[in-house]
Order: sequence, then C-alpha cells, then structure tokens
Amino acid sequence: MNIFVLMKRTFDTEEKIVVQNGKVSEEGAEFIINPYDEYAIEEAIQVRDQHGGEVTVVTVGNEDAEKELRTALAMGADKAVLINIEDDVENRDQYTTAKVLAEYLKDKEADLILAGNVAIDGGSGQVGPRVAELLGIPYVTTITKLEIDGTNVKVVRDVEGDEEVIETSLPLLVTAQQGLNEPRYPSLPGIMKAKKKPLEELELDDLDLEEDDVEAKTKTIEIFLPPKKEEGKILQGDISEQVKELVSLLHTEAKVI
Amino acid sequence: MARKVLTLAEVRDGALRNVSFEAVAAAKTIAEGGEVVSVVVGASVRSLANELIAYGADRVVVVEHEKLATYTPDGYAQALQAVVEQEKPEGIVFGHTALGKDLSPKLAAKWQSGLVSDVVAVEETGGNIVFTRPIYSGKAFEKKIVTDGFMFVTVRPNNIAPLEKDESRAGTIVDVQVDIKDLRTIVRDVVRKTAEGVDLSEAKVIVAGGRGVKSAEGFEPLKELANLLGGAVGASRGACDAGYCDYSLQIGQTGKVVTPDLYIACGISGAIQHLAGMSNSKVIVAINKDPEANIFKVADYGIVGDLFEVVPLLIEEFKKLKVHS
Repeated sequence: MNIFVLMKRTFDTEEKIVVQNGKVSEEGAEFIINPYDEYAIEEAIQVRDQHGGEVTVVTVGNEDAEKELRTALAMGADKAVLINIEDDVENRDQYTTAKVLAEYLKDKEADLILAGNVAIDGGSGQVGPRVAELLGIPYVTTITKLEIDGTNVKVVRDVEGDEEVIETSLPLLVTAQQGLNEPRYPSLPGIMKAKKKPLEELELDDLDLEEDDVEAKTKTIEIFLPPKKEEGKILQGDISEQVKELVSLLHTEAKVI
Repeated sequence: MARKVLTLAEVRDGALRNVSFEAVAAAKTIAEGGEVVSVVVGASVRSLANELIAYGADRVVVVEHEKLATYTPDGYAQALQAVVEQEKPEGIVFGHTALGKDLSPKLAAKWQSGLVSDVVAVEETGGNIVFTRPIYSGKAFEKKIVTDGFMFVTVRPNNIAPLEKDESRAGTIVDVQVDIKDLRTIVRDVVRKTAEGVDLSEAKVIVAGGRGVKSAEGFEPLKELANLLGGAVGASRGACDAGYCDYSLQIGQTGKVVTPDLYIACGISGAIQHLAGMSNSKVIVAINKDPEANIFKVADYGIVGDLFEVVPLLIEEFKKLKVHS
C-alpha cells in the first residue's frame, strides 16, 4: 500500500508566547511534530506493518523541518519529503500549503493519506480536506479508528464527542484525532536507521508551480496577545462565607448569573 | 461595499444550533448592508426556516433530500454547490463545529478560495472586513483579512452575539432542488456518547471536574450544579484518563475548546493542555485544595478548599438566589 503522511513542524504551544515586530518570536522556542500528526504517522506505520507497502512523510516548510522529518523516519516511516517554498512564496496560507501538497501528490497514486486534524499553532484544520478535494478523493476527519479490508475502509469518526461509524473506500484521506493510537517513541536503532533513509528536498520549480499559482488568499494583518487578565480574587474567610461572597460577586460584579 | 453572504444553519436533534444564529450575525457584518441568506439542509427541515428569519436572515434557502438526513461532505457539498450556483454569494459563514470544520475546507478548495476558520470576532475597519481568531492554542490572536476570492469563514460558537430574536422580521423562504448522488462516505451508525441536554460547546455555564473529583460518583454534585445553572458538565484530560467520565466531556487542547460566560473549575490543577481549551471563558471560577494550583492564575475568582464541601454550598446559595430573583 502506498501511504503518505502530511506532517507539520509546529511551535510547541506549551512555550511562552512572545510577540515581537508583529510576529510570534521563535527565539529559543521548542519545535515539535504537530501532536495530531504524530497520531497520523503512528497509524501509517501500523497500516503498513499490517498490509505492506511504504510510508512517505511529506512536509511543507523550511530546512529546519528536517529534524522533525528525521524523527518521523526514526519512528518507522520509510521516506521523507521536504517541500521548501520559503524562498519562492512570500505570502502563504492554507490555500498555499494544500495546493503545493496536492501538486506533489497528484501523480503518486497514493492509496491512503493521513494527516493531523489540526495543527496546534495556526489551528486552522484546513489542509487535510483541502488536499483531498484537490486530489478528487474522499476524506474523513477526526478519526479514532481505522480498519482496512482490501479497498474497503471502516472508520470511526469523533463528532464533538459522539461517534460516527463510516464506510468508505481507498483511495482515501483521513485526519487523526486524539485516541486513534499511542504514538511510539523513536527507538535508538530507529534513530540510527533514520539517518540513512531517503530525505528528498523539493522546491516550487520541481512541482511546476509558479508563485502566482499558490499565493495566499488571506493575510494576517496583526498578531497580539490577549489582554492581561487582572489578578483574580482569591476569597478569604470561612468556606460558607466565601461561597456566599462568590455567588454575590457572580451575580452583581461579573453579572454572569 | 454591500455583498451577498450565505450562512449554513446547523441542525441537531431536530432543532437549530445557536451557532446558526451567531453565523447570521457575523454574516450581517460581512455583508455590509447586502443580503444575508441562510441555508438549511436536511431531510425535513423546512419548519426551521422561520426561526432563522427571526434571528435576522433576509431569506432562507431550504434544501431537502433524504440523502441529506445525515451529514456527509459529498452530500452537503452538492447541496451547497446548487445553492451557490443559484445565489452567487461572495461569502459563506459556517459554525466552527464538527460539521463546519469538516465541510468548509472542501468548499474553499473547490472554489480556490481562502478560509478564515475559528473566528471569534468580525468587524469592518478601514474598508476591510477584519476577522479575529485565536492561534497557538488561544495564547495569542491574529487579525486576518481575505485578499482574494470568496470569503469563507467559520465562527467559534458562543463568541459572536446573535441578533435579538424578533418574530416580526419578514423574510422569504425558497426551496432549492438537488439530486444527491455518489456519496463516497456512508454513515452506518451514530453512537451517542454525549449527554442529553445542553451542548458543551454552546453552553453558557460549564462546571468542570478534574482529578480532584476522584471518581465517577464525584461528578454527581457537579452535574447538579450544572443543571441548576442551565449549564453543562465538562472535564479535564486527567479526569477522563482516570476513567471518571467519558472523553466526550474533555475540555482542552485535545478535546473541546469552550468559551462559556461562566466556567467553574472543580479540582482541576490547570495544566496548559486544559487551559488551552477554556482560558478564553468570560468568567472563570476555580475551586481547588491546592493554593498553588495553576488554575488560580487564570481564575477571576478562587476558593481554596475542598470541592466536596464547596460545591454543595454553592448549590444551596444559587438556589437561594433563584428564589429571590
């Protein structure tokens, strides 16, 4: 089976966020594989181990993403592809990323494409379904279970806490939700092997795309931090007095009750 | 610049979800005086159209087909394509819900357009429609504009105030016929795991429990408090992992993102993963035995104490308040 995973390198949002010159400062910040993409990588490896084939992890980013691609290879993916468009395209958004990925994937005859359902940095959750639409294949988002039998596929999808049992068929794109699996940590032999696995680097030219073809349709005009919350009020005194005071504050000061 | 804007109304258990009315309000701002047309899709949904007009839709388009009884991306995309071809709008507003998140990117790709998702505010400034949305798990915000193509937008529930409901508003209702074919995904079964009653992502009040709740039974007083306040019960990942409640209640980076008017955190330490799901709530109350708990840093009001002592007292006090008001 020919399996592809769409991966994003993300800012670890457990980091403190500093806005500098209108951008979120990346200085000294930790970068990770987007956690939802880890589920996708793990699932891809499990599907390959069960059904045979090959797992290729693809990312659109810059050379820094090599580190996360190597991690995916160390987990067990077979090949990695870095599509570096940083120098070619100034204005990028999800339209850009999806178009680039779809252009790369269109002649790859993918049976199964996996992605995270959302990236924790931008939080847009668009790229998976966009790529499926551009490739003309069906998709199921936020999946928690995947069963493949020949070309028939049974998927369980998380729908705001409820579960949908969905039947569909390959070729297919799915996006991973928490609960799909427990992503493995790369093993030491895995890390050694990963160094020798192929990591291909492509640019816009290699995909026969021009900047105009992929230019963003939206633009960020400002980034800001939420207004500092005023120091909260820790109530004092006897618990039953505190409770009385709280109810009164919620009613008269905060006016939410 | 007046423009025609569509909204996709969302139906759950035979009724319109609140976010449908919030989408109408957002569309009014985007339309800048142009027409707002709400689209309601399903097997039998015509009776819901009037409520959308009462909330401000100028017109309602009803698309009924038996194959649209359950949401599928292919079915809904065909329905909306038929509506878009007829109406020729310049934008579509969806709820940032499971359905909206699933469908909107497909349509944005189909029409080679941008999509501004998870919007919490819309305003017209300097000739632009400016969208505000959280990034980095709610630790920062960005303002975005659409520079080219359709204006596809998803709005986060509970953030954009709907217009006042007014039954005297006039509007027309029209039907669009579609032939739904070739559904490539089929929903065989829907397993209901969420509780009946108030929808967590749309609740105005949420009472949430963490590891401090200690057991499934421990959630009972929280449920009572939530019921009393017309709210919903939520949980931290810790409480779900410990098996005290179903994952469908989980609030956090993984789980639901909520912005109720009032969030009461009981026995929740306030791990970053949880804060990502609730820190933008309007008013946060923290109840925790540990005065050093992280949750107090985001709380507007805090009580350092045992939730099993505090919550029953709260129930009592809220009952008194209800009697008086």
